[in-house]
Amino acid sequence: MQTLFEPADPAVAKELAQKVIELADRCKEKFGVMPAFMEVCGSHTMALAKTGVKLILQGHVNLISGPGCPVCVTDQKQIDAMIEVAESNNRIVCTFGDMIRVPGSKRSLQSAKTEGRDVRIVYSPLDAVRIAEENPEKEVVFLGVGFETTVPVLAAAIQLAAQKNLKNFSMWATTKLVQPVLRTLLSVKKVKINGFLLPGHVSIVLGEQAYQFLIDEFRMPGVISGFEPVEMLSAIYKLLKMVYEDRPEILNNYKSVVRLEGNKTAQKIMNEFFQPCDEAWRGIGVIPQSGLEIREKYSRFNAKEKFNIKVGEPKKTLCRCGDMICGLASPEECVLFGKACTPLHPIGPCMVSTEGSCAAHYSYMRKEG
Amino acid sequence: MERKVTLAHGDGGELAHKLIQQIFVSAFGNGNDARFDSAFLSLNSGEIAVTTDSFVVRPLFFPGGDIGKIAVSGTINDLAVAGAIPLYMTVGFIIEEGFPFADLRKIVRSLAEEAEKAGVRVVAGDTKVVEKGGADGVYINTTGVGLQRVSGAIDPSRIEAGDDIIISGTLGDHGIAILAARGELGLMTDLQSDCAPLNKMIHSVIEKGCDVKMMRDPTRGGVATTLVEIAEDFSSVLEIEEQSLPIRNEVRGACDILGFDPLYLANEGKVIMIVSHSDSEKVLDTLHRFPEGENAVVIGHVTGKGIGHLLLETPLGSKRRLHRLSGMMLPRIC
Repeated sequence: MQTLFEPADPAVAKELAQKVIELADRCKEKFGVMPAFMEVCGSHTMALAKTGVKLILQGHVNLISGPGCPVCVTDQKQIDAMIEVAESNNRIVCTFGDMIRVPGSKRSLQSAKTEGRDVRIVYSPLDAVRIAEENPEKEVVFLGVGFETTVPVLAAAIQLAAQKNLKNFSMWATTKLVQPVLRTLLSVKKVKINGFLLPGHVSIVLGEQAYQFLIDEFRMPGVISGFEPVEMLSAIYKLLKMVYEDRPEILNNYKSVVRLEGNKTAQKIMNEFFQPCDEAWRGIGVIPQSGLEIREKYSRFNAKEKFNIKVGEPKKTLCRCGDMICGLASPEECVLFGKACTPLHPIGPCMVSTEGSCAAHYSYMRKEG
Repeated sequence: MERKVTLAHGDGGELAHKLIQQIFVSAFGNGNDARFDSAFLSLNSGEIAVTTDSFVVRPLFFPGGDIGKIAVSGTINDLAVAGAIPLYMTVGFIIEEGFPFADLRKIVRSLAEEAEKAGVRVVAGDTKVVEKGGADGVYINTTGVGLQRVSGAIDPSRIEAGDDIIISGTLGDHGIAILAARGELGLMTDLQSDCAPLNKMIHSVIEKGCDVKMMRDPTRGGVATTLVEIAEDFSSVLEIEEQSLPIRNEVRGACDILGFDPLYLANEGKVIMIVSHSDSEKVLDTLHRFPEGENAVVIGHVTGKGIGHLLLETPLGSKRRLHRLSGMMLPRIC
């Protein structure tokens, strides 16, 4: 079998890593501080740790995990509500894999499942539509989290349910948009970084154009990157070069799949079924117009309207996931990390999702245990 | 009409007798033994190795095998990697009411065939039928009995820096084949499970007098978890190189899409061997003569003693520690 992307020769990656280190050290010499970049996307967090890029650049480039893991940024109240949805009889709750283990205030969907609730992991929201069709006597609710990468598929599921005129399918959507959160990190949270390693997958939908505001409003450079070591290293190299020369730009280093204008079809279906709304982010709070909700026209598929779910304010824990997704703390700075909070007993979502900064650190960077 | 197993097939009466005669005794060909409540085994003097295992795989039939084949492979491999020569097996079937006769016959035949190929006799068995919903199709429990080699050649306490770590073939074939066969992940592949008894291949390596210090089969938890256990159990630093790991493109591709790591995927027909460096070539030559070992390679080395660590050298040259599989591997969501 031929794969689409053959990994590049490791010798090239090694040489590139050396060049990155040299340029990073020159930046440090010039500005007096180690250059710091934030990877926005959870898949980057994982790939940087797993491929050893983060380790080899340690002490030269500070790579900070950002808010791009959809599970990690989901507000705890929403998770409590989703678990509440699963509590009633005669319901099938479908969700993506990671969501099932995220602890709510009292328990997780996993524990609801263990107690006999019908909670199913699906790979695609379209599978949930199929399940609804096969179980007409039950209410099927899909818990939809995700960024612009996922929303078009959520929209496609609603479209399919509408075409099939299904009365028993609905979606509890709590989705997030990339632009507003980056703006908040820079303007409100004052995150100290020199540039963004921009997400590959989200950019396929949004296009290169989506990040121009970083330059216009913040003079903050960014490079859209793929996930192979060579792709990530060359993106970091380009970031360093822009920082060193003080010539910030948005560069597309993932041209094989990311276009200037993005994926118009995906954008169209997203707009047809969803509209912007204020959205709460875990650890950050409500960011105006930073999420998407199901449009009024399709409210019959909106689980938030269909079911009367009320949950209280979640209790505070020592979990620092909120700081983590803003790049204000590293996993080892959290007192719970690796002790009370592990992938087997996660306390916060950053430890649950394979793309969370804590899980990536625990799996790939941890030295103890 | 399709014949199905009913609760009456498990009540010890006429139907139970028929089920055992038609499906089990005919497959295992031990008509005479079946007249007694116990089997009598002849063993030469020496140490006996015993193992037990249960099989609850879903789906029951998958590309490259079925629950019957996996029951034989799993049991035999546990004996073989401990250095024993597998000789006998017992099988207990727990069958869900309504299970098709045809499927049961297929499973039992496959189990009998694999056992025969591996030179292992199935000497005792049992069936129970539980009500619909009380089990998921068929569960199998086995016991395996083997004879320990007198020479005692396999001695993990001799593991030392410089030893080679060998894997007998590609990583994660079983894990991905099963996931694909479940049909839940929208994955289409013609990848086959690697499930197979390895006793003949392992026997051949030992008979050649190769200096094998340790063997284990990397089943659940995968190669990484198995190596972490070896490292900890025998206080050794093991280092493997990412670039040396034999991984099929199909497995790599599926892992990329679903967010899995081949190092943590289950294998059912692979053995990890720690061998002295000077015998490494000889071991590989022998493994390569068997279809189950044609992709055998050295994936790393023992680099130290005293602490139990497993390290992975990435293609970039950085080394990171590997840990046990923690929790379930779940597909990532974007």
